[in-house]
Amino acid sequence: MARLLFEKTGNAVWMSHLDLMRVFQRAFKRAGLPLTHTQGFNPRPSVSIALPLSVGVESRCEMLDFTLDGVQVPCQEIRERLNAALVDGVRVRDVYEGGRKIKALSLLDCQVILEYDRGVADDAVAHIRDLFARESLLLEKRGKKGTSVQDIIPLIRRLQVAKIDVNTLELTARICCQEPALNPAQLTAAIGAYLPEYRPDFARCCRLEVYDSQETIFR
Amino acid sequence: MTELLQRILPTVQKPARYTGGEFNEIKKDLATVRVRLAFCFPDTYEIGMSNVGMRILYGVMNQVDGVWCERVFTPWADMESAMRAHGLPLWALESQDPIRMFDMIAFSIGYEMSYSNILNMLRLAGIPLLASQRPGLKNMVFAGGVCTFNPEPLADFIDFFILGEGEEVNREVLILYDQAKAQGWSKDAFLHAAAKIPGVYVPSFYRHTYHADGTLAAIVPLEGAPETVTKRIVEHMDTAYWPTKMIVPSTEIVHDRANLEVFRGCIRGCRFCQAGFSCRPVRRKSPEVLYRQAVETLENSGNNEITLSSLSTSDYRGLKELTDALIPYCDENHISLSVPSLRADNFSRELMDKLQTVRRSGLTFAPEAGTQRLRDVINKNLTEDEILTTCANAFSGGWSSVKLYFMLGLPTETDEDVLGIAELVYKVIQVWKTHGVNKKRGLRIHVATAYFVPKPHTPFQWEKQIPPEEYLRRCRLLKSHFYSRSIEYDYHAPDLSRLEAVFARGDRRLCAVIRHAVESGARLDGWDEFFRYDLWLDAFRACGIDPEFYTTRGYGEDEILPWDTIDVGVRKRFLLQERHKAYAGQVTPDCRQGCAGCGANGLLKEAQCDG
Repeated sequence: MARLLFEKTGNAVWMSHLDLMRVFQRAFKRAGLPLTHTQGFNPRPSVSIALPLSVGVESRCEMLDFTLDGVQVPCQEIRERLNAALVDGVRVRDVYEGGRKIKALSLLDCQVILEYDRGVADDAVAHIRDLFARESLLLEKRGKKGTSVQDIIPLIRRLQVAKIDVNTLELTARICCQEPALNPAQLTAAIGAYLPEYRPDFARCCRLEVYDSQETIFR
Repeated sequence: MTELLQRILPTVQKPARYTGGEFNEIKKDLATVRVRLAFCFPDTYEIGMSNVGMRILYGVMNQVDGVWCERVFTPWADMESAMRAHGLPLWALESQDPIRMFDMIAFSIGYEMSYSNILNMLRLAGIPLLASQRPGLKNMVFAGGVCTFNPEPLADFIDFFILGEGEEVNREVLILYDQAKAQGWSKDAFLHAAAKIPGVYVPSFYRHTYHADGTLAAIVPLEGAPETVTKRIVEHMDTAYWPTKMIVPSTEIVHDRANLEVFRGCIRGCRFCQAGFSCRPVRRKSPEVLYRQAVETLENSGNNEITLSSLSTSDYRGLKELTDALIPYCDENHISLSVPSLRADNFSRELMDKLQTVRRSGLTFAPEAGTQRLRDVINKNLTEDEILTTCANAFSGGWSSVKLYFMLGLPTETDEDVLGIAELVYKVIQVWKTHGVNKKRGLRIHVATAYFVPKPHTPFQWEKQIPPEEYLRRCRLLKSHFYSRSIEYDYHAPDLSRLEAVFARGDRRLCAVIRHAVESGARLDGWDEFFRYDLWLDAFRACGIDPEFYTTRGYGEDEILPWDTIDVGVRKRFLLQERHKAYAGQVTPDCRQGCAGCGANGLLKEAQCDG
């Protein structure tokens, strides 16, 4: 098994997880890199992407596991051939053999951009900082089995708030991403729920880096 | 700050269909572009990107020097609301620019019930609906596709129509427009020059007058316009443009696979079928060319499925040769080959066995009518024996599900024919009882009936459509004769097919109706969740038009038909003769058994009709 580290940016963020699997399956084929296939009634090229990314979220640290079928191609060459066959916004950063078990993936750094069309209020940074410094923050979480209530504070290792221009705030946070996981969109949702006067007009997220539970970079 | 569209995208379903950026998308440097063209498909991205014609013409038009052809699809209702709420005009996928900036707006029209989408897209773009309200060369609106063989219901909105296959004529039109724009011609001067290109129909150059009873009194060509406009065809399929570098959608579409057209035209002559007559003559592609194009298409797209398409793929003479070459290639490369619309003949059965990757879930027949008598009337040369033999083979091979498609309301149909459907279905059940191997799993027979819609350029173009209540009575009659629990019977409400019948054979007076319906909110009519029959009925009332005139009335054999200006190659005399044979219960053998003399071979200058 080999693993590739890739980023999903620009308009590629609008592809769903399933779309992205198909995009890779076809890119491998176009690149002349045959994949092993799933068994069964309707065999499909097998690729596996860790931690499905929500539609609309950018990432610089996605991982895809694959196995080439009966050919040996150097990792560097796989990267080049795939990048030539991929769509804009999906770019392979690195390809390597093996890699750690996805189960060990635990934390991620994310960036949340909050846009205020009428400008960022003077005291917004302080209030948002205070909000995430609370002991607990209960938020509704919508999952496959309906809604539940989640305390997001234990899932945040650290969080910084900065004003980057007149209209924009930036949150950078290290949060849990697997069992249990915090969707970075919940950070914006917390502001909306607890500080409605600082609810942004628009927010977008980006995954920056992934770590294991000891906060060493995960590959 | 994030721009408006990027802010809207997270709020709508399937945002990837609005952003473009797919593999093999064509982008051009605006400095080299003289003519910008918005190629619109009046349905969603998933439907439009599945359309082979759209893909061919996208390639053809982008090959013309100085032209950039970009794609536009109908936005889904959630996106439409967001666009209206934020004043965001309709844009093209490649550049993301508003299409009202574009020189030309083209529509590919394959379905009458997408007419509301055409007008709605123009509205969303901020382009005036009426051709007469667009004075200059800018925003020139043209259209093609099988519906435009009766272009009249759209005559007020579309500046010109391109009839038939667009590979050559679209190019000629674009070169003319490029010249007109460079030299600053008036719109009128351009339309006059365009009307001289064979296959181009300019509706404003014809005056339609009516008798007191509402039928057409005359169609008068004005300003030297030709009496009839003949559709264009490609003579030599082997050398015709074929896009082997097709756009690979980044999101799932309806037909998410490579598609290869194996031949054009149809030898069958089913008397209800518009494509069967209007796509003649028959032109084949050679298996060698097809094999090469299949491999190239697959390699450039990375698809793991390819389908061989045509109106009746079993009738492709090179099918054995082509599949003999393609099957090993596909097996080796984990590609599944699908061959739809196979007839129930021996070779097809062998082929089905060979296509290991064919999903064994379904077996589909379209007998269209329940009795041999009525199948003879409609010239559907599929016998009960063929259906039952194929079912027997399939059941003994482990299949346990059959789909059977019929029409109700066909000319001369009686209750006996309707009940013939129930009998045929029972015979299929009996065959399963004798041949089925997996009895425990049970048999599932899916029966669907459609409401017959008479179409222009067919032998049934003069026919009456039965009233909707009568259609429903026949559906209920049939339903009351289905006793087995294996049968699942579907019939659609007649409303949509009734409107389809109105617009299929409609005239210019319907333009007002379409406009009224769209201005009251009609759009996405092909989607059950958005279809509003009441809006259409209101529009007919408001415009003083009786839909029955176009449906249950029927057209007289010596009546001037709204589409008489359009020549698809098949002679009207032949259609009439076929109609009379239908009433006499006489079949016309397929073209391979002997040329019936439809006249379509007259469109060929060098090649021979392969019928």
